[in-house]
Amino acid sequence: MSQPIDTSYLDLDTKDETFLDSTELVLNMGPQHPSTHGVLRVILRLDGEKVLGTECVIGYLHRGVEKIGENRTYAMFNPYVDRMDYVAAVSNGLGYCETVENLLSVEAPPRAQYIRVILTELCRISSHQVWLGTHALDIGAVTPLFYAFRDREEVLKIFEKYCGARLTTHAFRIGGCIYETYDGFEQDVKKFCSFFLPKLDEYEELLTTNRIWVTRTKGVGILKPEDCIALGVTGPVLRASGVKWDLRKSQPYECYKDFDFKIPTGINGDTYDRYLVRIAEMRQSVRILQQAVEAIPTGPIMAKVPKVIKPPAGEVYHSIEAPKGELGYFIVSDGSTQPYRVRVRPPSFVNLQALDKMVRGLLVADVVAVIGTLDIVLGEVDR
Amino acid sequence: MPEESKGPDSISLQPEGVKAPAEAAAPGTGTEGVKAPPAAAARPTASVKPDAPAAPKPPAAPAKSAGPVPEPWESEFVAHLRQQYGSGIEEASRYLGQTYLVVDQAILPEVLRRMRDDEGFDYLVDVTAVHYPKRDQQFEVLYVMYSFPKNERTRVKTKIKDGEHVPSAVLIWETANWLEREVFDMFGIVFDGHPGLKRILLPDEWKGHPLRKDYDILLQDREWVQINLGIESGQ
Repeated sequence: MSQPIDTSYLDLDTKDETFLDSTELVLNMGPQHPSTHGVLRVILRLDGEKVLGTECVIGYLHRGVEKIGENRTYAMFNPYVDRMDYVAAVSNGLGYCETVENLLSVEAPPRAQYIRVILTELCRISSHQVWLGTHALDIGAVTPLFYAFRDREEVLKIFEKYCGARLTTHAFRIGGCIYETYDGFEQDVKKFCSFFLPKLDEYEELLTTNRIWVTRTKGVGILKPEDCIALGVTGPVLRASGVKWDLRKSQPYECYKDFDFKIPTGINGDTYDRYLVRIAEMRQSVRILQQAVEAIPTGPIMAKVPKVIKPPAGEVYHSIEAPKGELGYFIVSDGSTQPYRVRVRPPSFVNLQALDKMVRGLLVADVVAVIGTLDIVLGEVDR
Repeated sequence: MPEESKGPDSISLQPEGVKAPAEAAAPGTGTEGVKAPPAAAARPTASVKPDAPAAPKPPAAPAKSAGPVPEPWESEFVAHLRQQYGSGIEEASRYLGQTYLVVDQAILPEVLRRMRDDEGFDYLVDVTAVHYPKRDQQFEVLYVMYSFPKNERTRVKTKIKDGEHVPSAVLIWETANWLEREVFDMFGIVFDGHPGLKRILLPDEWKGHPLRKDYDILLQDREWVQINLGIESGQ
């Protein structure tokens, strides 16, 4: 009653300015949102449509993969790793098998290594196709989704013929491969290569010079190389920033040193460069496939591995270049049949941490583009 | 072998008291009691003789032929660190071609900073932990790092007791932020100086830290499940 009534708000001129300056909006995005590629929740702090900051809430898909690993034998845990990055299951299996092989001090025979490389590169292509389709759809281009998924089918058919499964393949075993290639495997891969290269041109025709695509992606979500390294970002995102680093070259595993391929890099580190890098990577994968399928040696496909896998006590960290970045496994063995500790170093989890830095100052619509360009799979982020 | 799963560090979800008699019997029944001491006895001696890390790993089951053994990691950098920190560098070894350092928790931040600034380990690959419930220093916290200029990978480990804190590495590598949050979430290890140490994968109100060995695989925060999911049990 006795308080004087504050009438300053009636002064419309000043009110307008203060109103615009001081209002922050907190907007919740996800976890059920088509552009978050799964169950990612992002809390956005907005000024109008400008993003001031973000916070990621993850864990909706947490299944405790590392805990499961401690309670399964080495061989039993192998199929579980396929369920982390489910669009690149072959790569997950490769990383795990190689790490256990390191612990056992065995190496897969040459023929198995070639089969592994062929399947892993096919898997890289299929993973990038899922990325391309969904990323383009997020930005508003519908056609690439159908193109990419149509052509991905050819990869999945090869997987299915090889091991009976299309997605969670469980293609490799500790010590090599369990399945010999089927009749016509080489022809199928060759046919896929010659089929796929023109398709890549088709994707590029749709997007690379498309004005809407270029405007929506150029200069969006820039990551400088030093930021990438500080944030531990790997894979195509790192290479698009101009860092020429690929584990297949820098610390070659399997038989990658036999092949002639290039590491595509970008210059600006923006969404457009990451698009170009991934497209170029698919071309390089085709090159590897063409060389591998010509040079595939004969011989056994399984190294001498005991029936019951009991690696000597010790610990090993091993990582491979998965389609999304450095996928590492750290396994501690206590000499028993079960791993004492399995740690997965997921590329998606670490890359997602860069989201905040990338979207600050951008618009809400760009957040969608940046989530797409990071190419995360929530099954791997949450494990 | 009947006692194959009774190795020094075998997985056991039972309380320690239950496991103790079996463990005490193991060295007696084993043929090489001298070569296979329980881990709890092997660990403290390692810190006393830093330049002789001959048997830092608990050997496998006695009957098994010993696998590869860690060999000392000799390099200019290690010698330099030893000179400066003395017994703070508890171990510097190479196992299966991979190098690692075990350092005292007190000098951890300095060593990590030197790894980045002087040795060029500019990329922190991973932060994780391992739980050894039978040891005095229950937790090993690990930093996996990589050097772009040198194309080299190494690990730095430190051992802490349950409840002890570790200084955060966020100011050295930004990427440690989420990785340390995950270690906190899964093991309950607190990182001092972390900008926002809270759970990352599990719900904020969850009780318990699942990757500790005493957390059974079927264990769950029943109360949380009942309140938040409206079901009797998540199993």
